[in-house]
Amino acid sequence: MSFLKVSDLKVEFQVDKKTITPIENISFEMNEGEVLGMVGETGSGKSLTAHAIIGLSSLVGGKIGGRILFDNQDLLMLSEKNMQSIRGSQIAFIPQNPMTSLDPVYKVGDQIVEGLYKHTKINKRKAKQQVIELMGSLRIPKPESVFQQYPHQLSGGLKQRIVIAMGLCNNPRLLIADEPTTALDVTVQAQIMRLFKEMALERGIGLFLITHDLGVIAQVCDKVVVMYAGNMVESGDIETVFNTPKHPYTKALLGCIPHLGMKQGTLSAIDGNVPSVGTYPSGCRYHPRCMHSFSPCQNNIPELMQIESGNRVACHLFQEKNDC
Amino acid sequence: MTANIRNFLDVKDLSVSFDIRGGLFLRSIGTIKAVDHISFSVNKGEILGVVGESGCGKSTVARLLLRLIKPDTGSVTFNDVDILKMTKKEIRLQRRHMQMVFQDPYSAMDPRYTIFRSLCEPFQIQGVKLKKEEIRKKVDDLLELVGLNSEHGFAYPHELSGGQKQRADIARALALSPQFIILDEPTAALDVSVQAQIIKLLEGIRERLNLTFLFISHDLSLVSYFCHRVIVMYLGRIVEVISADLIGESPYHPYTKALIESIFETVPGQKKQLSTLEGEVPSPFNIPPGCSFASRCNYAQAICRKQTPVLKKTPDEGQMACHFPLKSMN
Repeated sequence: MSFLKVSDLKVEFQVDKKTITPIENISFEMNEGEVLGMVGETGSGKSLTAHAIIGLSSLVGGKIGGRILFDNQDLLMLSEKNMQSIRGSQIAFIPQNPMTSLDPVYKVGDQIVEGLYKHTKINKRKAKQQVIELMGSLRIPKPESVFQQYPHQLSGGLKQRIVIAMGLCNNPRLLIADEPTTALDVTVQAQIMRLFKEMALERGIGLFLITHDLGVIAQVCDKVVVMYAGNMVESGDIETVFNTPKHPYTKALLGCIPHLGMKQGTLSAIDGNVPSVGTYPSGCRYHPRCMHSFSPCQNNIPELMQIESGNRVACHLFQEKNDC
Repeated sequence: MTANIRNFLDVKDLSVSFDIRGGLFLRSIGTIKAVDHISFSVNKGEILGVVGESGCGKSTVARLLLRLIKPDTGSVTFNDVDILKMTKKEIRLQRRHMQMVFQDPYSAMDPRYTIFRSLCEPFQIQGVKLKKEEIRKKVDDLLELVGLNSEHGFAYPHELSGGQKQRADIARALALSPQFIILDEPTAALDVSVQAQIIKLLEGIRERLNLTFLFISHDLSLVSYFCHRVIVMYLGRIVEVISADLIGESPYHPYTKALIESIFETVPGQKKQLSTLEGEVPSPFNIPPGCSFASRCNYAQAICRKQTPVLKKTPDEGQMACHFPLKSMN
């Protein structure tokens, strides 16, 4: 039984009296204790999807369509007040940049405790004790003294752990992490990712991980959703999607990444640029860059379909075959 | 790769430290050893990679080589001339042969200039006397070389995408036909598909124009793919110099190994143990004596905290600085 089910998610904004649709036709499910990765290039709508789930895009004037079922209740039907009680307690969010998401004038410990107070009735001493325990379990060295420090006194990796602690303090069931390691060094990135993986396993938290790094997805996630220009192009189990990618974009993207032991001159690239919102091409949004594009790609939007190998793919190459 | 007997670029004993000022009257409150007595050489026609985490001194090395910063000690010999002993006028002419492509294409170009005007600037600064049509022809050729067209010359930087801007940045570096280009994380701000485009472009240009590159990056898999040899830096020191083909198999230094282990490969089946390296790069303020990596190293022993290991030649033509190398040195 899937505890998060997103179907036909769509976000619209009004810009200069015109309607733009940065994301459209997003449908996926995830189970408890599962790590779902969402990958795509800049502007593919990854962060917006996350914001839509926790109901933040409506706050900046976006119109959300579709359904987001969390524990069989539709989050889009909830009032802002009810949503507030879910946000932070049952669904927690870890933003992109740990350097700017902490308040520079408050001690980091107090910032974590603040989140705890918001959702639970607990006395000060107990709250502090609980937070220090949590910090320890996130392998923050000397949690008692870090509790008393200000953000500028901490390194990037520690700050990110503090932000993770803020997300975890109310024992959420779903944690959404938006590029949590982009600002960190490679060795620290490995530490944080290991921590995420352990957490999802131990606490049974569903982790929705957004990243542009296919390597991180391959090593950390159970399932993946590949985004391109605001559409889902492919989704499925990690092994299926990475070992037998079906969508031309997924294939091409995997070919763009150099790996150890690769011969010089063997890297492939995708010509052209990712289109920006408002200039999306008709039909399949990838068709101008696609090597396999043929006539239906220019006019018809391909539907997301389950194919034999287990992948769900939105590409005319496979729809033709299924029709036959 | 054909190595010249005479080294193309020779760096000896280069070091620089910065004063950190603070408090009342901005007194000096400490020094940071950004680059600590490093020596290496670049062969003609080679792509030499420099890899390391933030704050390890990669970009400072690049700036020292172009004499954008003055070092405290050391020498940089380029084509048999010590560029640190040059007068201001001489170094200006010398920079014609050594160019740099910067990390952030968004801030590397003057936002008020069209791309065409930015590309004309190198000729004006270097006093290259050309007729208007000749300059136009040159700029158009440059734009074509990097996969843009003359239309892009009329655009302002904000009208171009990140990848196009980086192409224009590369074109500007190529304007005066240099022999040596320093690329300081040229793809760090770009998406993977665009990164691959830029890397392929650089591969092509290097072959056509017979250039030598110093390629700075924090991405070890990218460096091992693109470069011939790789310098691994940690806190201002070189810890290992290794041939790119050997990186995956057998590094000597535990830090190189840790960097390899923190790569996330895109093959899900190969689930290996993620790096067990704990902690973070210590602050470059007051680096402890001995090996600077000792505080995070799984193999460290008492001697590592007392004595700084020296860079030694390895059997497979690399160099490494470690008391307890992971592989036999014979």
